[in-house]
Amino acid sequence: MATRKRRVGPWSLGTVVAWLITIFVVAMLAIVADWERIGHHFFNLEVAEAMLPQLLTVAARNTVIYTIASFCIGFVLALMLALMRLSSFGPARAFALAYIELFRGLPALVTLILLAFGIPIAFSLRIPGGSMGAAVTGLSIVAGAYMAETIRGGIEAVPRGQMEAARSLGMSHGRTMFSIILPQAFRIMIPPLTNEFVLLIKDTSLFYVVGSTPATRELVKFARDFMSDRRNATPLTVIAVVYLLITLPLTYLVRRLEARVGKGR
Amino acid sequence: MSTPAIQIIELHKYFGDLEVLKGIDFQIDRGEVVCIVGPSGSGKSTLLRCVNLLEEPTSGQVLIDGIDITDPSVDIDQMRTRIGMVFQQFNLFPHLTVLGNLTIAQIKVLKRSKEEAETVAMDMLERVGVADKAHEYPIRCSGGQQQRVAIARSLCMGPEMMLFDEPTSALDPELVGEVLDVMRSLARDGMTMMVVTHEMGFAKDVADRVVFMDDGVIVEEGPPSEVLVNPRTDRARRFLRMVAEK
Repeated sequence: MATRKRRVGPWSLGTVVAWLITIFVVAMLAIVADWERIGHHFFNLEVAEAMLPQLLTVAARNTVIYTIASFCIGFVLALMLALMRLSSFGPARAFALAYIELFRGLPALVTLILLAFGIPIAFSLRIPGGSMGAAVTGLSIVAGAYMAETIRGGIEAVPRGQMEAARSLGMSHGRTMFSIILPQAFRIMIPPLTNEFVLLIKDTSLFYVVGSTPATRELVKFARDFMSDRRNATPLTVIAVVYLLITLPLTYLVRRLEARVGKGR
Repeated sequence: MSTPAIQIIELHKYFGDLEVLKGIDFQIDRGEVVCIVGPSGSGKSTLLRCVNLLEEPTSGQVLIDGIDITDPSVDIDQMRTRIGMVFQQFNLFPHLTVLGNLTIAQIKVLKRSKEEAETVAMDMLERVGVADKAHEYPIRCSGGQQQRVAIARSLCMGPEMMLFDEPTSALDPELVGEVLDVMRSLARDGMTMMVVTHEMGFAKDVADRVVFMDDGVIVEEGPPSEVLVNPRTDRARRFLRMVAEK
C-alpha cells in the first residue's frame, strides 16, 4: 500500500541504526549511573526546601529587577546610539561606532569590575545604588552596545519610501522617526530584542564579582552560597528550574505580542 | 502676471560624478497639469523629487509660489504641506489603518484635533472612492485602492499642487484606470499637477502641456497634440514609437 510505504519512508536503515545506538547508550548510562548519589547531590528535596522562601523573595526577585533595569536603561542608551550611528553628523557617528565596538569587544565581566572598582578609585566617584547600582549600570552599558546594532538594523530594514512619504507630508525627520519608522522597526526588532533580554537574565549572574550582600544576591550567587554551605549541588538544579520559569512565560508573552503587532503586515 | 506655482531655474543635480539633471528651466502655472515623459534614466523622477526637495539640487533654484525652497532658511516641512506627493510604490504606512494613514500628519503637523482630522480624512476617502476601507490596514487593499488612499492622504493636507511619480507603474493593468480616474477628477477641479508618467493616453487627454525629457535635459515641450502626436525632435519620435510598440 502506498500509504504504508510513505510512513515507512523516514525509517531508513541509517535512522534505525542511529536510534538503536542512541537507545543502547542511554540505557547503558542509565544502568551504570549511581541514581542514589545523583539524587542525593542534585535532587535533594531537603536542600531545595531550605532554599525557600528566600529563593523567590530575594534571589529570583533580584534577578528579575536587575534584568529589567539593565534592559530598560540599555534600551534607551541603544536607541540614542542607533540614532547617532545613522546621523548625518560625523562625530556622532564616530562616537557611537567607537562605543559599540568597545563595549561589544570587552567581556561584560571586565566592564562590571572597571565600573564598580575602577571608577571609584580613579575619580573617587561612587555610582549611586552601591555595588549593585554599579553592576546594573555596567550591564546596561554592555546591553546598550549590543542592542544599538539591533535597533539600527531594524531602522534600516524599514523601506526608504516610508521616510520619503512622511517627509513629503511635512513631518520633520525626528517626528517621522518616532511616529513612522521606529514603530515599524520595533516589529522587526522584537525577536532579536527578546534574545537580548534572555541573555541579560543570565548575565546578571556576573553581578557577584562586584560583591553582593545577602539581600542583594541574585540567583546564581544565592545558589553558590547554598552549595558551599551544604556541600550539595541541588541548588543548581533548583535555580535552573527558576530560570526556565522566568524565560518560558516571557518568550510566550513575546510571541503573543508579535502576533498582535503583526496584524498590519 | 501671477507668480507661477512651480518655477525651476537652471537646475543641476549630480549623483556623485554622474550629472542627472543638466540645467533645467521651466515653470508650471497655477491650475496647470503638466506631464513629464521620457525614457527611464532621463532624470524625470529626479526632477520631480527636486520640486519638494526629497532630492537636494546640486545647484539652481526651485521656486514654489515665488519662494525659493533651496534657501536653507525656508521651513521645508511647512512648504511640503503645500505640495502633495504620490509615489510609484504608494508608500502607505503599513502599521497604521487607512484612516491612521490619513490623519497622522494632520494631527502631528497641522495640529488638527483627532475628530477634525478624521472628518477631513473621511471626506477625502469619499472623494477617491475608498471610504469603505477606512478601518482596514493598507495590506488588505488592492494596489489601486492603496494608490487612491495615498492620493487622499496627500489631499488631507490641503495642498496647492500635487506631484505624481509614475503613480500607475506598479499597478496591475486592470487597476490603472481607477487611479487615472481620480487624477482626472483632480485635474478637472483645478489642481496644479506635475505628473511623471508612461501613460500616454492620460497625458494626451488630461495634460495642458507635455514635457519630453532625455538624458537630463528638456528636449521638447508643448501641448500634447504637438509633443505626443507630431514631435519636432528625432529623440521624441523614437521614444514615442517605442512606447507605442509596447
